[in-house]
Amino acid sequence: MTRLFKPLQSLVLAVGMAFLAIPLLAGAEVPRPDIPQANARYSEAQGCVEPTEEMRKNHMEYILHQRDETMRQGVRTKQYSLEECINCHVPKPESGKIVRSDSKEHFCSSCHSYAAVKIDCFSCHRDTPMPDAEPGMHRLGGGKGHHFTETETELTADVLRAATEEGLQ
Amino acid sequence: MSEHVDTSRRRFIGGTAGAAAGMSIAPGVFLNQVAQAKPADQPVTSENRWGMLIDTNKCGDGCDACVRGCMEENGWGDINDSEPHSAPEQKAQWIRIVELRDTRTGYAHQLPLMCQHCKHPPCVDVCPTGASMKRADGIVLVDKHICIGCRYCMMACPYKARSFIHEDLQDQLVVAPRGKGTVESCTLCVHRVDRDGADAVPACAEACAAEGHDAFVFGDLNDPNSEISRQLALHGGTEIRADLGLDLGVRYRGI
Amino acid sequence: MKKTIHFREVTNNGTGYWGLIGILGLIVAIGLGATYYMEHHGHYVTGMNNQIVWGIPHVFAVFLIVAASGALNVASIGSVFGKAPYKPLAPLSGLLAVTLLIGGLAILVLDLGRPDRLIVAMTYYNFKSIFAWNIILYNGFIAIVAVYLWMLMDPSKKQYSSTVGFFAFLWRLILTTGTGSIFGFIVARQAYDAAIMAPLFVVMSFSFGLAIYLLVLMAGMKWTGRPLGDALLRRLKNLLGVFVGGVLYFVLAYHLTNLYATEHHGYEHFLLLGGGIYTQLFWIGQILIGSLIPLAMLYHPGLGRSRTAIGWACALVILGGLTQMYTIIIGGQAYPLVLFPGMEVSSSFYDGVVAEYSPALPEFLLGIGGFGIALIAVALAVKVLPFMPQTLEDAVADPHHGGATDAAAGKAA
Repeated sequence: MTRLFKPLQSLVLAVGMAFLAIPLLAGAEVPRPDIPQANARYSEAQGCVEPTEEMRKNHMEYILHQRDETMRQGVRTKQYSLEECINCHVPKPESGKIVRSDSKEHFCSSCHSYAAVKIDCFSCHRDTPMPDAEPGMHRLGGGKGHHFTETETELTADVLRAATEEGLQ
Repeated sequence: MSEHVDTSRRRFIGGTAGAAAGMSIAPGVFLNQVAQAKPADQPVTSENRWGMLIDTNKCGDGCDACVRGCMEENGWGDINDSEPHSAPEQKAQWIRIVELRDTRTGYAHQLPLMCQHCKHPPCVDVCPTGASMKRADGIVLVDKHICIGCRYCMMACPYKARSFIHEDLQDQLVVAPRGKGTVESCTLCVHRVDRDGADAVPACAEACAAEGHDAFVFGDLNDPNSEISRQLALHGGTEIRADLGLDLGVRYRGI
Repeated sequence: MKKTIHFREVTNNGTGYWGLIGILGLIVAIGLGATYYMEHHGHYVTGMNNQIVWGIPHVFAVFLIVAASGALNVASIGSVFGKAPYKPLAPLSGLLAVTLLIGGLAILVLDLGRPDRLIVAMTYYNFKSIFAWNIILYNGFIAIVAVYLWMLMDPSKKQYSSTVGFFAFLWRLILTTGTGSIFGFIVARQAYDAAIMAPLFVVMSFSFGLAIYLLVLMAGMKWTGRPLGDALLRRLKNLLGVFVGGVLYFVLAYHLTNLYATEHHGYEHFLLLGGGIYTQLFWIGQILIGSLIPLAMLYHPGLGRSRTAIGWACALVILGGLTQMYTIIIGGQAYPLVLFPGMEVSSSFYDGVVAEYSPALPEFLLGIGGFGIALIAVALAVKVLPFMPQTLEDAVADPHHGGATDAAAGKAA
């Protein structure tokens, strides 16, 4: 048995030391991420759908919860939907400039690449707003009231959906 | 709010080229049947079971409007240049036109074939992780969040309704997330169903109606007053491979 | 008179041993490289498609998984059926069972569309899925055989080895039943949806597992300069013959049943007569090269005594086994689904036509890499732990050999 463990021990030790050395070599040099500004506010008081600190820490919990409810139960509220995250935090694709999820200019990646946490959303979900997307939140500085309170008369499908939702909120 | 729903219903009736209105259903009954679409924050329930009836006699020879409608709605297929690297045998097809010819009589016709939204789906039985799933309202979906890409569901599906994505995708449509290494199939336009409830018209049906063929009827199989239930009660319908006893959500007439 | 058999680690340290490790390591590395290539680009670089969804990797993977449970048989014959000559063969049998299974599972996992989500496969279970059961059966098998090996190899635990061995034997039968049922439970396809798939796979496992075991045993004993008795080898090769015959019998029963039912005539005609490559693989690969020729070699009065011939017979059984997996897995998918009986069908999605499949090189490399993983694990394990007996000469291992040998081997089957 000892014959097995001696080479194993030294191997484990060597690998461990190699990993320990990584932060020493590289850690100090990583600049703080430059997180892009969202293009709308949730309300006058609050930037995001929950307080910013809460979102920074726990956004994945909200997204995960919404993910399963939408996927399995057809719950399609917008407050925590990934679609609205993207609509608000990622610029619309323009000719010549598309901010993709592999770029540090992409809201999600700006921080995820800093934290070295892999995002498993964008292999299936689009990483930019649809060209015709209308954020569910009002535009930054638009001065209008709360989330989903627009009362425009044009009954596009989106607004109709939002209105249905609002009736129950 | 009821004002909004009324509007949407009018839009629906108009959009389906008056077909629904032309049915011999008393307007009052029709109104009753149009329960409001499910509120967005409410889960779907087994009170509904969504299904489709496809009248292959109305299916136009050589017409593939339903297929194109599905492509446009969900972002797959050549018209979207989806999966440019994949060989034709590797590309996804959510719905396809199958041409049939009776070997004895020579009688030939065609029909659209897609996920049949079984009540007892083999794909759901075999899926190791539960990614292949059936919602309470009978719509069979792939939860790509936990799909590991084992393709056992594709082996198990009697209708060859599922496709595997063989390469990285980009710019998927919001209503139809799809990506490399996972399996996908017809969703019965679940995003429309969640929005419009019994008024929903899946993209295939919409495209068919726009073409003037009107071969599709979408509706609630659990509601005896729904148009689909009435038509089935009146004329019957066939399930493909009914011998398997899977109780399909998609029924045909004229096979 | 009675000598005890001692087990010893392999002490080879020359170019032979390290050369073997090097070659196997290279095979594993190439397999992993092929995986990286396939996973990086996506499966479009393989020959697999929406018709043939399981390809060459699955042929190798299922073969190895089936062979793994069969490799344990040698130990079971000793522990469960109390055949003394098989007892010294048990540790290597258990070791091979575990490594073959790991090799097969590695292929299966690396071919997933999302191998990065292995943790999902381990944490989300759909208990109606035979696949999910198999995940439990495979992991349980590795654990049970590990305990079994401990009981076998720790002299102070020897008395538990037959109890644990019995449990391991039951588990492996359930496991292979599960593997066969992956196909047996598929209601949709003409080639599957048959209860006989489960016992067929069990007998296949006996045959493939023993063939691999015999080759590894012969090579291992020879390369380490340890004697291997003729009588013992004769027992094992006769047993292999019985198993190969058993597989033939189940294949015959499967096809006869299908041939009786008109519903299945299309598929039978496809596989047995008009299926091109599949027909050739069935008759020439599986039946002739994989079954009849090795049977003749094993039972031929002259060839049956030649170790070279026995080795070749084992190799042919393995080759035939891979071919059989190919005809079952690929052939079963290539034959189109019958959705509209009595109708000619066609579509853009290849309805009604036999599916095309040209496997790509990386698929083979991944599959062979699985073999590499299994074998390198054996080669390393026998060096660090005493899996192999110092001698298997007949006077020690099989003192009662002679005329009764063949009958005993037959009975053990």
